[in-house]
Amino acid sequence: MITAPAVAPAPVRRVEHVMGFPVSLAVRGRHADDTAGRRAWQDVMDSLARAEAVFSTYRADSWISRLDRGEVDLVDCPPEVAEVLALGDAAADASGGAFSVYRPRGGGGLGLDPSGVVKGWALERAAEALRALPETDFCLSGGGDLLCRTLDPAAAPWRIGIEDPHHPDRLLARVPVATGAVATSGTAHRGAHLVDARTGAAPAAVAQVTVVAPTLTWADIDATAAYALGPEAATWLSTRPGTTGLVVWADGTTTPVPHETRSRR
Amino acid sequence: MSTPDPLAENRHRRRLVVTGMSTLTALVLLFGYHTSTDSTASAGTVAVGAAVAGTSSGSTGSTGSTTGTTATGDAADTRWGPVQVKITHSGSTITAVDVVEYPTGNPRDQEINAQAIPELVSETLSAQSADVDMVSGATVTSRGYLQSLQSALDQAGL
Repeated sequence: MITAPAVAPAPVRRVEHVMGFPVSLAVRGRHADDTAGRRAWQDVMDSLARAEAVFSTYRADSWISRLDRGEVDLVDCPPEVAEVLALGDAAADASGGAFSVYRPRGGGGLGLDPSGVVKGWALERAAEALRALPETDFCLSGGGDLLCRTLDPAAAPWRIGIEDPHHPDRLLARVPVATGAVATSGTAHRGAHLVDARTGAAPAAVAQVTVVAPTLTWADIDATAAYALGPEAATWLSTRPGTTGLVVWADGTTTPVPHETRSRR
Repeated sequence: MSTPDPLAENRHRRRLVVTGMSTLTALVLLFGYHTSTDSTASAGTVAVGAAVAGTSSGSTGSTGSTTGTTATGDAADTRWGPVQVKITHSGSTITAVDVVEYPTGNPRDQEINAQAIPELVSETLSAQSADVDMVSGATVTSRGYLQSLQSALDQAGL
């Protein structure tokens, strides 16, 4: 069978806002723009809205806020709360403590803030509605973290641009992803909101970390953890299985991971 | 197929100190670790989010080295490997949550999942010259979205 090198039609695009960030979808294939496809997109947004209701630290009535105040027990919460806390624990372990879902509270003790785990996890879960669409490929992004699925073996991979943290109107790198996830952590848009949980200080040496990994859950965690590790970001990232990435340092220099000059025997 | 990586054995025991929480049940968690051979997951069978609370068939008993009583959930055999959680509680207060076992992948997974390395470029993107499908950047907020590259891409496609 000969496949004609036809120019692929542009993907259908959708965008809505939830959890304080824009959610963008590019979708192509059988259900890109039919009733099933539109229903799946609605299911994605509903899933993210549910995640926000459970995990938002900005909402006093979220489960995570009530748990943090000791008003409810873990067993009272929806099961995904324990799931996310365990992910945070695994991430803390993997990063030697640089990543944590716990923050020292002003009045003593530890406050609960699983935001660094929730976003990637919630997008990964929300994408299930899209994965259920047969013969349909998609790239789903939430606030600059994204995951792709490609079933069509003849299709080109999704072309992912990586933003330049020092010049947000420019791309610093590109990476093709057929099926997988890309997450970026840094301070370009929100100021210094990430800290090394071991010291409480904002990392100084690193400006941005991008991670390409099989799942967005772990791409997001690894990007956040690598960023928190500061000068050790690239070294640590190179130890993560199935993962590539790009570290942008504060002085504008970059280190691809694995390093392109690494010798192979 | 889901034999845990022995090199990761030291990661299997992890501790999460949970203050101010209490529960009396063990929790079995499932979390996703997709591989690039993910097409079989398109039927929506992925177990993400399918945590099971209140597993009563797990073992319960006291341990000598930690305060309180522990309860260990049954290992849930997911397609990414076994997942098992243990909690320690004192009375009605949880003192620790340990993920006893969780999938770490294996060398074959890592091979399958090999990803491209980002290729450095330097170019200004506009809606007219977009040669990417999506942009990854440090947390884009709804407030900053209108100025973002992603916004340009979305508008170009709408």
